Amino acid sequence: MKAKIYVTLRRGVLDPQGKAITASLGHIGIGGVEDVRVGKYMEVRLHALGPVEAPRPLDEACRRLLANTVIEDYRIEVEG
Amino acid sequence: MKTAVLVFPGSNCDHDAYHALKHVVGVDAEFVWHRQSTLSGYDAVVIPGGFTYGDYLRTGAMAKLSPVMDAVRGFAAAGGPVIGICNGFQILLEAGLLPGAMIVNDSLRFVCDYVHLRTETGRTPFTRGIPAGKVLKIPVAHYQGNYFADEKTLSALEAGGQVAFRYCEPSGEVTPSSNPNGSANHIAGICNGAGNVLGMMPHPERCAEEVLGSADGRLLFDAMVSWLEERGR
Repeated sequence: MKAKIYVTLRRGVLDPQGKAITASLGHIGIGGVEDVRVGKYMEVRLHALGPVEAPRPLDEACRRLLANTVIEDYRIEVEG
Repeated sequence: MKTAVLVFPGSNCDHDAYHALKHVVGVDAEFVWHRQSTLSGYDAVVIPGGFTYGDYLRTGAMAKLSPVMDAVRGFAAAGGPVIGICNGFQILLEAGLLPGAMIVNDSLRFVCDYVHLRTETGRTPFTRGIPAGKVLKIPVAHYQGNYFADEKTLSALEAGGQVAFRYCEPSGEVTPSSNPNGSANHIAGICNGAGNVLGMMPHPERCAEEVLGSADGRLLFDAMVSWLEERGR
């Protein structure tokens, strides 16, 4: 079983990397880009857990290690 | 009086801290490996700078889960003095021993330079006796030293006198150009509510002797020694 975890900076937290990328996209002539926010994507393989049980330990994993909820939000997608 | 210098995989200012304590200030110092789960017998704890676990995931994110950090929690709760320097500050934030978080410098550059700090409070064991407003010249070396906290947390830090150091001009004036990383409220260091846990991005252990360009860092370790002596340690 596989889960996808997305960790993104919370709204209101400055993202200097995103700002630099936004500017660089302008430099290569890609117009109309208002803002870029850089985040993390993780794939987690789990054994012995089904799609019903998996979210709980993954949620704990996000809260305690994978994300820092002072500055980041997270989203978990469990694939069957 | 015995001080502990914590060592994690990737710590790289541990020897500097040990040298400043043992050979410059002249107090007993020992390295404590991060797998150790007790800090009994120590009177103060230094969490040094470096790149623990290669900064994987986030700075300090892995180190906060080392067994020694549970011991640091207990040591801090009992009122013991703890100083986290640079990556040590980042670990204290990740561990929840200090509020807020670090994000990438607003310049997107690694900043390695001497900066000036305005001392904001003498209530920590490491700033005891340093008059408020005193400007210290201490170097920084970091890529993620941009202190972030939400408005509510910042207000609480300011109201509670928990801002220990602010980046400033040599004159002590706090200006946007003296802020090397974009930190909220120009914060270079904060302490917990009780005042015994201090986190700071600048490196006092790198400037405890004139030969290194400044001896201002020594003031923090001298303050710690007199704080401990007052308590009969």
